[in-house]
Amino acid sequence: MMVIARLTVRELVRRRIVLLLAALTIVSVALVAFGVERLVTLAREDGLPELEIRIGVSQVMILIAFMFSFVLAMTAAFLGAPAIGGDIESGVALALLAHPLSRMDLLVGRWLGLALVVVGYTVASGALAIGVVAGISGFGPPHPVLALAFLSAQAVVLMTLTLALGTVMPAIGAGAVAVVAFGVGWMAGVLASVAAALGLESLAGAAEASRWLFPSDGLWRGVVYGLEPPAAAMIANGASPRGMEANPFFALAPPPVVFDIWAIAWVVIVLGLAGWRLSRRDL
Amino acid sequence: MSRLAGPVIELRAITKRYGTTVALDAIDLQVGRGELIGLLGPNGAGKTTIIKLLLGLARPTSGVGLVLGAPLGDRATRHRVGYLPELFRYQPWLRAREVLELHGELAGLSTPERRAAAGEALERVDLVARADDPVGGFSKGMQQRLGLGVALLGAPDLVLLDEPTSALDPVGRTEVREIVRAARDRGATVILNSHLLTEVERVCDRVVILNHGAVVVSGTLDDVVAADGVRVRVTDLDPAARASLGTFRPSEDDGAWLTFRPLDAHRIPEVVAAIVAAGGRIHAVEPGRGSLEARFLELVAAPPTVEDGQR
Repeated sequence: MMVIARLTVRELVRRRIVLLLAALTIVSVALVAFGVERLVTLAREDGLPELEIRIGVSQVMILIAFMFSFVLAMTAAFLGAPAIGGDIESGVALALLAHPLSRMDLLVGRWLGLALVVVGYTVASGALAIGVVAGISGFGPPHPVLALAFLSAQAVVLMTLTLALGTVMPAIGAGAVAVVAFGVGWMAGVLASVAAALGLESLAGAAEASRWLFPSDGLWRGVVYGLEPPAAAMIANGASPRGMEANPFFALAPPPVVFDIWAIAWVVIVLGLAGWRLSRRDL
Repeated sequence: MSRLAGPVIELRAITKRYGTTVALDAIDLQVGRGELIGLLGPNGAGKTTIIKLLLGLARPTSGVGLVLGAPLGDRATRHRVGYLPELFRYQPWLRAREVLELHGELAGLSTPERRAAAGEALERVDLVARADDPVGGFSKGMQQRLGLGVALLGAPDLVLLDEPTSALDPVGRTEVREIVRAARDRGATVILNSHLLTEVERVCDRVVILNHGAVVVSGTLDDVVAADGVRVRVTDLDPAARASLGTFRPSEDDGAWLTFRPLDAHRIPEVVAAIVAAGGRIHAVEPGRGSLEARFLELVAAPPTVEDGQR
């Protein structure tokens, strides 16, 4: 398993994927820095209160994180889709599995290697963006570690789904299905929040169930919670708690612990099912 | 090297279906230690399926099989098996030496062992000069040589080669024959799956011909390719006698050699006796043998008895 994990990381480094991600990070953080600097400077020149500027910066940060989570989703899908499916299609898997390597070892090894790169990319670029914004504006998010952890978990969930789909369908199909699942999961999460805010219990229940079925949106709420200022500050500035909860860019609380445990179990279950399916497949 | 007493491969009534397609139909096969077997058959005969079953890459629909004494699909046994897939693809971003070391590691070799084994393999398949080049820049022939090196890493007891020379030039094919013979000579059992009949004819101890998922013939080359006619060098035989020797009539006469074809091998002594009885003096007798190609075509041209396999 560790041989395959090392091989996966080596592949991503050797094929300059890691270099490309680092370059993209530097470019995007530079753009963010420029935008935030202009925002803060102009707001202060206009004499806006610091609380409003702080909330504005946090909202920009959350929007950037949302964009970044989409980029991460695409990255996870592009990396995860060919990892098993591509090896099977190209024939590389035949030579690997002719050794005393179980198919589960191949799958989990691939997952470990990809997870390492995806989490490394998320943490490095996310921390850099948060640090740069805090340095420029003077406002840092209240729970940056929590935000990065949930953002990483969201990327890992999507990568896991893509990798798993690659065991049962062609790589390109696995990537497409996973990205669609990400979008649908996010929409379901928004719908659940809006339905709850409007008191539509049955719709909220159905949407909430889909949030558990594919936990990416629930994890996104954790990212938002980690990035936004304390709710008291928002309320003091005139926001309504009910309206805030219905907005996908606000979260009054992090996801419950039971949801976090479920997200970990979800990854294990999806990997287990994929391993079971892969082990029964004729190559 | 194994101290296995029984057969290296034993398949009993192995059937493999892919949906409604029968790839293998109740195959029986036994291969002993140190044998070099040629697995022949037209496309879709089931050759690659047999190799995949032996490696656990596919599972039989029914039947039982043992490889090196362990059931089909046993993972630990694969330490002792080398494999060159028909679809040989290796990570294009790895260097040749790295591919060999990777497979050495997966085969359970220690770091010094796999480094030494990779070096030996590079020499064996004549890739030393390209050892540190990325595989993505290799020609198909070079990739196939690399695959052969991978298959022979760590001196496995059983070597499964699926079309090992399909991408090689004639020089490469000759070298592969030597490599395969060397593996057999050190005691390994080798299964060579090939379309190239002359190649099989030159190196294999035994051939198994498959058609439509069934074994149509199995045995040594002499068993499979029946004796066909005889050439006799004769002097002191008058022209009338040369034209007809009792019930035997030569099919060719070039003045020195008389050829009798077709003729069953067991009737050769009768031909010799008839020539001597007619006063001829015999200087040489050369039993003829049909070609493997002719025998192969004769066997696989027969109408199918089961649904044609696709793999």
